[in-house]
Amino acid sequence: MSKNAFIVQSSPHFEDRDSVPKIMYAVVIALTPAVLASVYFFRLKAVGLYASCLIACLATEAIFLGVRRMPLKSLWDGSAVITALLLAMTLPPSLSLELAVIGSVVAIAIGKQVFGGLGHNIFNPALVGRAFLQTAFPVAMTTWFPPATLSVDTATFATPLGNLKFQDAIAQGTLTPLQDLLWGNIGGCVGETSAIALLLGALFLLYKKTIDWRIPAGITLALSIFTGVFWLVNPGKYASPVFHILAGGLLIGAIYMATDMVTSPINHKGTWVYALGIGIMVGLIRLFGGFPEGVMYSILFMNTFVPLLNRSFRPRILGERRSAS
Amino acid sequence: MRVKTFPHGIHPPEDKNATAEKNLETLPPPEKLYIPLHQHFGHPAEPLIKKGEAVLIGQKIGEASSLFSASIHASVSGKVHSVDGHQHPLGKPVLTVVIANDGEDNLLPELSETDDPFSLDPQQIRQKVKDAGIVGLGGAAFPTAVKLTPPKDKPIDTVIINGCECEPLLTADYRLMMEHPDDILKGGELVKIATGAERVFVGIEDNKKKAFDLLKEKAAQTSAEVFLVKTKYPQGAEKNLIYALLGREVPRGGLPFDVGVVVQNVGTAKAIWDAVKNGRPLYERALTVSGNGIKNPKNLIARIGTPFQDAIDFCGGQGDEVNTVIMGGPMMGLSQWSLDVPIIKGTSGILAWSAPKPAEEFSCIRCSRCINHCPMGLAPTQLMKYVKYDQLSLAEAWGILDCVECGSCQYSCPAKIQLVHWIRLGKNQVMSLKRKKSA
Repeated sequence: MSKNAFIVQSSPHFEDRDSVPKIMYAVVIALTPAVLASVYFFRLKAVGLYASCLIACLATEAIFLGVRRMPLKSLWDGSAVITALLLAMTLPPSLSLELAVIGSVVAIAIGKQVFGGLGHNIFNPALVGRAFLQTAFPVAMTTWFPPATLSVDTATFATPLGNLKFQDAIAQGTLTPLQDLLWGNIGGCVGETSAIALLLGALFLLYKKTIDWRIPAGITLALSIFTGVFWLVNPGKYASPVFHILAGGLLIGAIYMATDMVTSPINHKGTWVYALGIGIMVGLIRLFGGFPEGVMYSILFMNTFVPLLNRSFRPRILGERRSAS
Repeated sequence: MRVKTFPHGIHPPEDKNATAEKNLETLPPPEKLYIPLHQHFGHPAEPLIKKGEAVLIGQKIGEASSLFSASIHASVSGKVHSVDGHQHPLGKPVLTVVIANDGEDNLLPELSETDDPFSLDPQQIRQKVKDAGIVGLGGAAFPTAVKLTPPKDKPIDTVIINGCECEPLLTADYRLMMEHPDDILKGGELVKIATGAERVFVGIEDNKKKAFDLLKEKAAQTSAEVFLVKTKYPQGAEKNLIYALLGREVPRGGLPFDVGVVVQNVGTAKAIWDAVKNGRPLYERALTVSGNGIKNPKNLIARIGTPFQDAIDFCGGQGDEVNTVIMGGPMMGLSQWSLDVPIIKGTSGILAWSAPKPAEEFSCIRCSRCINHCPMGLAPTQLMKYVKYDQLSLAEAWGILDCVECGSCQYSCPAKIQLVHWIRLGKNQVMSLKRKKSA
């Protein structure tokens, strides 16, 4: 009887314009200042690492999508691009390109695809790749190279945190000045050195509400309190909280890696536990661990607890009696 | 004055400009009307007439079969063409009285006015509302007489008249407030008497400031208080509006009765006044016909039983590109596959548009936007996973039955996951499991 036949779907019939690729590319845009800064400081070394990580990550992703018979256009959802950028940014500039490729393959294959791809991984893929390289090639991963803008002796060159831990920098009076940490004219991994460029991206992501402010806030808060106590007791031995926040991978980790939606908690209580946990772990490793830096292991460690945190804290339902009142 | 609201929720595009300033127009009844005997929450009504009988406007043609049912009335005068199954906007065919309109519009002579409705006692008001077959006109179509009968142990202190109309595109409630403010307020007064409440609150979203000003002016002569609430979806959801206006939380699994409140939509309030004062049963209602697939969007007063196609034709017809027709609003409305279905008591709008190809669905990336927007404080992504992986006891513990299906989660989901669909499926499974256990 009817000439009409319309699409029948369950409600709602409106949807927001935001999408997974838009979120992913917002992160890529936010990373741009730090990427540009790293190219300025490390020149072709940085360019080479970015290129090899991007090619290797996308190729690995494509192979896995093919094997899993998934649509190949998921390659461009932006998640593999972020993994590649973040991995490259956390590698030492002196690293050979073959190792960067190995790290990329591990990041995508073991860090993400074996779990079922986007949305199913437990650990931050870029950090899985980096942790693999750190364990398999410890010397290559801790050989530092000064930025092109700095003329120093490359043989004894160290990162600000390495300097602090192994060369007694406070007593020697050679602790890296805060303004150098802020601009990034220091040694370190490719993309972690310029605090100001990383913070610029953070402002964008916070404005767009792409990342949860609780995560960077909780991490820096916990790290500040932890390192602050020791600094107040003995400033001759321990560096200030501001130094710890600006040095090493803390900012790139707190802003871009710990905030990875897939591997961070979905509720506010869990998020606070997760963020404070990372901050304290970083402080513990930096002050008392064998490594000068601990952001990577701290985030991976707290990633482990995310499924548990997600189940432990159920949000309060409207009309539910407030507990203990 | 501070604008009241509730936590979470979303801000979808309002898209109300096409019809907001257009007066309610009477839709001429067509030659044939299809009046289903099931237009409400609860049990279907029993047919009272047979094929070939003559009927008059307002004549009862279906009798409420239980407490949770509502009577059905003829909306035109004419002859009963058939009593048979017919396509219904809710999807399944329903026993439907088809009336061939004689064009005379003869009213049932027994419909009589009451001189002083405010002197009636609660039971008399309830009886008149029940006789008139009134159901909630906001869309849920819950029998109103039940809502006017609070249990003895649950005293009611506040009646809330819901003028939020938080669904995008719909403007019929706004027009009712602009054109019949006195009837709405008087209907609220009758609800107050019927439930033994002390006061009447009216809640209106602040995108309808004109209606607020008008009702506030009119309410000066009554005991009603009119409040502005924030324009935010789903401000008009019963439990959220109660929270916004009174700060009270309806307990989980409970009803507004539990916190001393009865909520009625503005259209329902007007229908109550019409029924009690004029003895007029519910045989017509206000609705919005809109969407970019409608040539000339309008607000209509339509007889119950008018096919969608007639209403759309009155509004200039639909464009060829139309691929989606919704009964109700875009957030909670029901898609229709055909325009042969009739307007029923719960039809707050008919929307038609051309929807783009559905966006690609991704895996959940746990962005937690669904959680941050859920007005009930639920975790939709977790509920979806529990349903997907058959963990129904966890789904229940995490409040799947508290979901009101407002769609805020799915609206805000960047992965375009059909969260509400999964939750509906889970609710059905949890309920059938519960029935099995109690059986």
